[in-house]
Amino acid sequence: MRLIKRFYILAIIAFLYAPILFLMFFSFNQGKYSGNWEGFSIHWYVKLFNDKQIMKALYYTVLVAVLSSAAATILGTMAAYVIFQMKLRTQKLVLNVNNIPLLNPDIVTGVALMALYASINLRLGLLTMLLSHITFSTPYVVLSVLPKLKQLSKDTVEAALDLGATPFQAFTKVILPEIMPGVIAGALIAFTLSIDDFVISFFTTGNGVTNLSITVYSMARRGISPEINALSTLMFTTVITMLLIVNKRIEVKDI
Amino acid sequence: MFKKLSGTPYMLWSIIFIIVPLFLVVFYAVSTKDGDLTFGNFKRFADPIFISVTVRSIYIALLATVVCLVLGYPLAYGITSVSPKYEKLLVILLVLPMWMNFLLRTYAWQSLLGRNGMISSLLKLVGLGRVELLFNEGTVLLGMVYNFLPFMVLPIYTVLKKIDTKIIEAAEDLGANKITVFMKIVLPLSVPGIISGITMTFMPAVSTFVIPALLGGGKYTLIGNLIEQQFLLVGNWNFGSALSVILMLIVLISAAILYRYDKQEERVNI
Repeated sequence: MRLIKRFYILAIIAFLYAPILFLMFFSFNQGKYSGNWEGFSIHWYVKLFNDKQIMKALYYTVLVAVLSSAAATILGTMAAYVIFQMKLRTQKLVLNVNNIPLLNPDIVTGVALMALYASINLRLGLLTMLLSHITFSTPYVVLSVLPKLKQLSKDTVEAALDLGATPFQAFTKVILPEIMPGVIAGALIAFTLSIDDFVISFFTTGNGVTNLSITVYSMARRGISPEINALSTLMFTTVITMLLIVNKRIEVKDI
Repeated sequence: MFKKLSGTPYMLWSIIFIIVPLFLVVFYAVSTKDGDLTFGNFKRFADPIFISVTVRSIYIALLATVVCLVLGYPLAYGITSVSPKYEKLLVILLVLPMWMNFLLRTYAWQSLLGRNGMISSLLKLVGLGRVELLFNEGTVLLGMVYNFLPFMVLPIYTVLKKIDTKIIEAAEDLGANKITVFMKIVLPLSVPGIISGITMTFMPAVSTFVIPALLGGGKYTLIGNLIEQQFLLVGNWNFGSALSVILMLIVLISAAILYRYDKQEERVNI
């Protein structure tokens, strides 16, 4: 029984990893087709870095992720602070609106935003993609900051106000340091969502502005392209390295 | 003053970017190209072609959800019963693929199953000749299960982890065998995890257009593909919006059913 259990767990883990490892392995293949090993080579990586389209997409992906997560963090933190102080009924209403982008299928959010930009004659491009990313990631910031605010004791804020702090000072000097873990978590979620988004970006960008997901999609639709294998390898190793660093830092702090 | 001002930006933002766009979609859905009100878009949807695409979308998403549940529940259960050291590692291993770009994960299967891919090459080595394994219902289902399986396992695992072992011990002391303990205690207590697992698998599966586009090769159309085509290829935003409204209704109805089931379970537990 224990043997079956172990075998089952390992089989599913293998199922999850086989395609990724397969891509990574064949990114070093000389030939074009995976499944046909023609010798070791890094020329797909060279090709990848010389591909202007992919490099431009990488630039836009990072640019949009940095800008949209920064904007979403500020917007969402401020909103959470106000929602926290609202009456229960208004709070519920505002949170329901906040949840719409989370529950709505991405494709509907995408076409709805596309319709909005068309109705105000905004040309699809970098700006519209940025606005869309802020729209779908701010709700997550609100949801990750709000629980931290609820843990906050009201007395500390009142004490600060009694001692002569302005509401703005009370927010920056007393509340913000307390809710910082939630703010950082929200910022990280916003950043990851933006980096990973395909569907909403696909409908709300244009004019030659694309991100990595869109580039991968259009390349994959044209058929197999080993440059994508090289790209996958680089992205996956980046993610693993980042996770290892974060894990290390947490462990050091624990000690 | 600061209190009032700090909230205004996001309130305004959600009105402009969340509420107005949804109203626009509904408006497009019930109007003609010239802006006259009509139900024509929904009447057009009643065509057997579109109905069958919608039924197929629901069917394949349900199938993917069932497969994920059948594969995922034993996995979640298995992970809770290994030693803590391996448990942590297994959870990390389960989460890690989700950090890899969704498009790349789907593309991986495209290159595995394609005519010149790994599996086809292996079959040729055995002497069976090259085969095209892509572009059918099976590969679309595979793509869904592969992408959404962790979404099913993680909520179930979290709930199983929270079950008080004392309850299980008590049942065993009172003479229940392993099967009874599982059927009468573990399974009912894990229903909330199953419900959120089903939600997190079914919702993205029913609305996806990437998986059928890459693994179905355009031969296997789901409602998501129809919406994409209407907006980006055909340019009929009115009909596309009507399809979007129908997709939203499917999601809302399934959420309502699941929510009710969740509530009933809670009452039973009390």
